[in-house]
Amino acid sequence: MKGSQAPLYLMVIPGIILVLIFSYGPMFGIVIAFQNFIPAKGLLGDQEWIGWENFLYVLELPNSLRVLWNTLYIATFKIIFNLIVPIVVAILINEVRMMGLKRSIQTIIYLPHFLSWVVLGGILIDILSPSEGIINLMLGWIGIESIFFLGDNTWFPITLVGSEVWKEFGFGTIVYLAAITGINPELYEAARIDGASRFRQTIHITLPGMRMVIVLLGVLSLGNILNAGFEQVFNLYSPQVYESGDIIDTFVYRIGLMEAQYGVAAAVGLFKSVVSCLLVSISYYLAYRFADYRIF
Amino acid sequence: MESKGYKYFTWFNNTFLIFLSLLCIFPLIHVLALSFSSSSAASAGLVKLWPVEFTLSSYEYVAAKTEFWRSMFVSFQRILIGGFINFILTVLLAYPLSRETREFKPRTFIAWFLFMTMLFHGGLIPWYIVIKEAGLLDSIWALVLPNAVPVFNVILLINFLKQIPKELDEAARMDGAGHWAILWKIYVPLSTPVLATITLFSLVMHWNSWFDGLILMNSPENYPLQSFLQTVIIQQDLTMITSGDLESLSEISDRTLKAAQIFLGCLPIILVYPFLQRYFVKGIVIGSVKG
Repeated sequence: MKGSQAPLYLMVIPGIILVLIFSYGPMFGIVIAFQNFIPAKGLLGDQEWIGWENFLYVLELPNSLRVLWNTLYIATFKIIFNLIVPIVVAILINEVRMMGLKRSIQTIIYLPHFLSWVVLGGILIDILSPSEGIINLMLGWIGIESIFFLGDNTWFPITLVGSEVWKEFGFGTIVYLAAITGINPELYEAARIDGASRFRQTIHITLPGMRMVIVLLGVLSLGNILNAGFEQVFNLYSPQVYESGDIIDTFVYRIGLMEAQYGVAAAVGLFKSVVSCLLVSISYYLAYRFADYRIF
Repeated sequence: MESKGYKYFTWFNNTFLIFLSLLCIFPLIHVLALSFSSSSAASAGLVKLWPVEFTLSSYEYVAAKTEFWRSMFVSFQRILIGGFINFILTVLLAYPLSRETREFKPRTFIAWFLFMTMLFHGGLIPWYIVIKEAGLLDSIWALVLPNAVPVFNVILLINFLKQIPKELDEAARMDGAGHWAILWKIYVPLSTPVLATITLFSLVMHWNSWFDGLILMNSPENYPLQSFLQTVIIQQDLTMITSGDLESLSEISDRTLKAAQIFLGCLPIILVYPFLQRYFVKGIVIGSVKG
């Protein structure tokens, strides 16, 4: 029997090697945050160790706090709205009695989720343009002056959160609708006999029936507190909205890949990775404790 | 018996949800309409949801660009190679890991080894340097090898394989089948729906990725389509349109051209969308609220 495990070892080897190189490689590569990294010498080369110098350098940059604040601010609002909007929409969709209409609504609202931020960014840049975009054209009809959604520091974060919710709310309803489907129909039956209105049924049966999933997704989303959405921001921002829209990931990209200050950028990245890792671990643990969530 | 109030609510609710769905789709339709309109109609703000002064010029112009077709080719190459590698590695990892520890000793260790990658990331810079030092820059392998193991999909498949009755496995062993035969002849055919779901996951991921193409390909000739579109639509890289071209063509403008390319960039997704919707919904439900 002992030899029979050999094929199983053989099966996992290719995957393990690739994960080792491309996921664990960068984890160990994070040591460049403590080096004066010179690319020509290579990752395994004889680099100069400089301790916390890169971190101190970042702390002295004028924009660091701004960037951290922007990240937290944008991510927090995204987390809140990405949780609440799908719950409300799922409850409303559940009340639609015409099956054809229900299915059409679902089909349409899932679509934006599958499109890349390049495509959606292109669409947003066009429709939000202050000179010729259709949104500002329509605002003009009701007498509102053109708004520079992507170039104004007041509007930029709002546009980010709004367009993120627009892309993802439909897809977010899937899990909640599945949870609603799982509620025992006899509960509604009993409530009807007791004379409960549809509204009371929603409050006392549907919402409690969704509670587990809401808690679970709420807890798991905590791990995203430093993810303000790199792909979205990168495609929508410009130097004039750095003040309100520059986030950790775009900051790392510019310092590291544009200015080639690898060590400094890696230091910022390490900070983000450590905080995210803590939060994600805590959120998994909480989900396991309170929602009995097990990933395996 | 439904109350009068509920009837009003139903009417209001249906209207609201229809409005919400239109909100999701109108920006796309508007851009589609722009792409089929003449540049003068577009810049005069006449185009809403239907083409004005219908023309195919923007598409003809894009279709004549070799850069566009070349990046399209890179993208198809990427989804074929990347999708295939993702599929094979997901199956090969999930099968041993769906076994109990007594059947496959390092099971728990390897599961944690994979799970760790979901908790901690090295970050952008070390990731870039590793790929660079692996000598992959500027080749298609830089786009497929670092994403070769989709850990989330592996977990989905492990959870599904665990539900396959053990009797099937035992019966096959009695007939002298080894692990490879059991995997390909019993487990893989039985998990077709899940495999379809995760394959679609990985194909969409590969099609939509643009950032890795942008930074890992030194020469724009190797850009996949979404990276190419990023440079022409977002970065306003006007090298795509030479000034001489624009003078000779009054029908098109930068704006209608971008609209046409935006639409072409999401066309494959829209074409497979009916399948996507069906399988994705299943996959999401299996993945998040499994019993």
